[in-house]
Amino acid sequence: MLNKLRAVALLAAVLIMGLTLSGNVLAENEIKIGAIYPLTGAAASTGLEMKNALELAVEIINNETKGLNLPLAATAGLPNLKNAKIKLIFADHQGNPQVGATEAERLITQEKVVAIIGAYFSNVTATASQVAERYGIPFMNPESSSATLTQRGFKWFFRTTPHDDLFVHNFFDFLKAVEQKKGVKPKRIARMNENTLWGTETTKLEDKLAKERGYNIVEKITYPAKSTQLTSEVQRLKASNADLIMQSSYLGDAILAMKTYKEQGFTPEAILANNAGFNDSEFLKTLGKDGNFILSREVWALDLTSRNPLIKQVNDLYSQKYKVNFNGNSARSFTGLFVLADAINRAKSTEPEAIRKALSETNVPGNQLIMPWGGVKFDAAGQNTLGSGIIVQVQDGKYVTVWPFELASKDIIWPMPGWDKR
Amino acid sequence: MSGEILLQTILSGVLIGLIYALVAVGLTMIYGVMDIVNFAHGEFLMFGMYSSFWLFALFGLDPLVTLPLTVLMLFALGLAVYQVVIKRITNAPMLSQIFATFGLMILFRGIAQFLWKPDFRTVENSLSSGKVIFSGLHFGLPQIIAALGAVLATGATWWFINRTRLGAALEATAQDKEAAQLMGIPSQRMFALAWGIGAACAGVAGVLLSTFFPIFPEVGANFILIAFVVVALGGFGSVSGAFWAGIIVGVVEVLGGFLLGPEYKLAIVLALFLAVILVRPQGLMGRAQT
Repeated sequence: MLNKLRAVALLAAVLIMGLTLSGNVLAENEIKIGAIYPLTGAAASTGLEMKNALELAVEIINNETKGLNLPLAATAGLPNLKNAKIKLIFADHQGNPQVGATEAERLITQEKVVAIIGAYFSNVTATASQVAERYGIPFMNPESSSATLTQRGFKWFFRTTPHDDLFVHNFFDFLKAVEQKKGVKPKRIARMNENTLWGTETTKLEDKLAKERGYNIVEKITYPAKSTQLTSEVQRLKASNADLIMQSSYLGDAILAMKTYKEQGFTPEAILANNAGFNDSEFLKTLGKDGNFILSREVWALDLTSRNPLIKQVNDLYSQKYKVNFNGNSARSFTGLFVLADAINRAKSTEPEAIRKALSETNVPGNQLIMPWGGVKFDAAGQNTLGSGIIVQVQDGKYVTVWPFELASKDIIWPMPGWDKR
Repeated sequence: MSGEILLQTILSGVLIGLIYALVAVGLTMIYGVMDIVNFAHGEFLMFGMYSSFWLFALFGLDPLVTLPLTVLMLFALGLAVYQVVIKRITNAPMLSQIFATFGLMILFRGIAQFLWKPDFRTVENSLSSGKVIFSGLHFGLPQIIAALGAVLATGATWWFINRTRLGAALEATAQDKEAAQLMGIPSQRMFALAWGIGAACAGVAGVLLSTFFPIFPEVGANFILIAFVVVALGGFGSVSGAFWAGIIVGVVEVLGGFLLGPEYKLAIVLALFLAVILVRPQGLMGRAQT
């Protein structure tokens, strides 16, 4: 009993110390922001890209960078805080939710960061942001897409990226737009989803939205993720005479499905895929020209640089420095840090509560972003309400943006030509 | 139209079923001779697929051309696994045997992931790519060639066991180890042979699959569950039983998935498995347990 009391007292002491210490860090010359990313392990290469993007963002904010229409670019540091500089403290969560939580704790209590950014993996974001919530430190999440993260009623959690549910909404917005522009409306939709958590969640929402928006789903297939063959699935699709397939698959099953479509001579008017396997670099490498004409949702595409000068400028800076282009992950991390820095600047303080309040009042217009979004504005749950995905189509072996139409670099090809006419 | 679809589904089921049969033949052989369930069998298949892939990626040799080489490699791997691990647990309790082969499964997957990364690989444009349309029925050429290869390999294994002296010795060891030993059949060597042939069968299946199925470290998991069902249905230790059971499982899976809904296709196969265990525990062609 005494031991238990002692432990509780110790915990309380640590908690209070953490709170007061982190709250009292005054803006001297540096503002510390914790960044939790997978820097080792299976996702290390992705983690490194995001780390690079964050470092480029800090460089632009801390130095005078002329000619960029980004908040805080033209000035050195944060002008409202006596030009204080941002300093990132990186922590490695190794793709492990427990490590993510302990690293968040370390950043808050030992490094005294004023805010945390991260963590790419939805499950790590979930645990790390829980720690930040407990300590009352703002948590900025630029890349995790699980819809549940902003359904937890957290006060200190903010997410700039659209989540999985919004992406499914995008599908139907896209179909509506295609109908208005091209006059084609899919009359018979079939959905084809794998049966793990992601596939089934998508399934539920697709069924619901299709009903609400007046689309006719004629075949619903939820296939086992570890299938050795997809013949029965494709036979059912064929028999349903569907003109549009909405598909959520990981890489192996996406390849298997495409091969079986071709083998069975099944050609719907369009295949609308939910990213994942269809956007893996291996997908087109394997399928070659058989991968052409599929539509898929994305968060970012390189050809956006041809439509938006800001995206090109920033991408040039990034590729000069790191010899690769931006992609959906690094572009979102970059954006998240800018939104966070903008809020700290407006807060005119490094008090967590002031930053939280400034974040909740965020209003960044779309033309100051390198994302295809309407802007950044958070709702009460901390979700950015102006984010949206784009739809890309594989044309001549490349992913090109076809929707929203004002960002499109190529016209959409619908219906797709048959397998033998390519 | 609907009759055509039905025929298509059944024939597609037969094609994949023949591959299942070949995977199961190796499994049932090892079990039949040694009474050990090899949980790492799917990983032999995986190694067969990777062998095809690397010979193709590095030297541009088609999987069908390098098939003999892969078979030799897998045969050697089977022998090595027996010599290093299995020999030591021949008389150990069943639980130890299960853990040994289960551990091998995890080890092999780990090795593949370490050496070749978790990426998905494919053999592009192999000799057998393309498709065949036969009066309204569509078949992938790789699948047809794979099925024919599976028939030949299964047939060869059957012939070896039932028509050669060495096969008879193997069968004798399977039936009664001690008696066979007294007749001068070295049971250790027979066991090693069973592992070699078992792994080689999985290797052939891996080669045939590599022409149309993605290759990744965990690919064995997709096939091993079905292979167990096939072995149980055909009767533990029976090669001809595995052959027919493979076809039955393939057709049941594809046809059942088509008629009742693809989300249930594995459930249907596993229900069949349960039914067989209840009604005829020794399987279609298995020896009754004494």
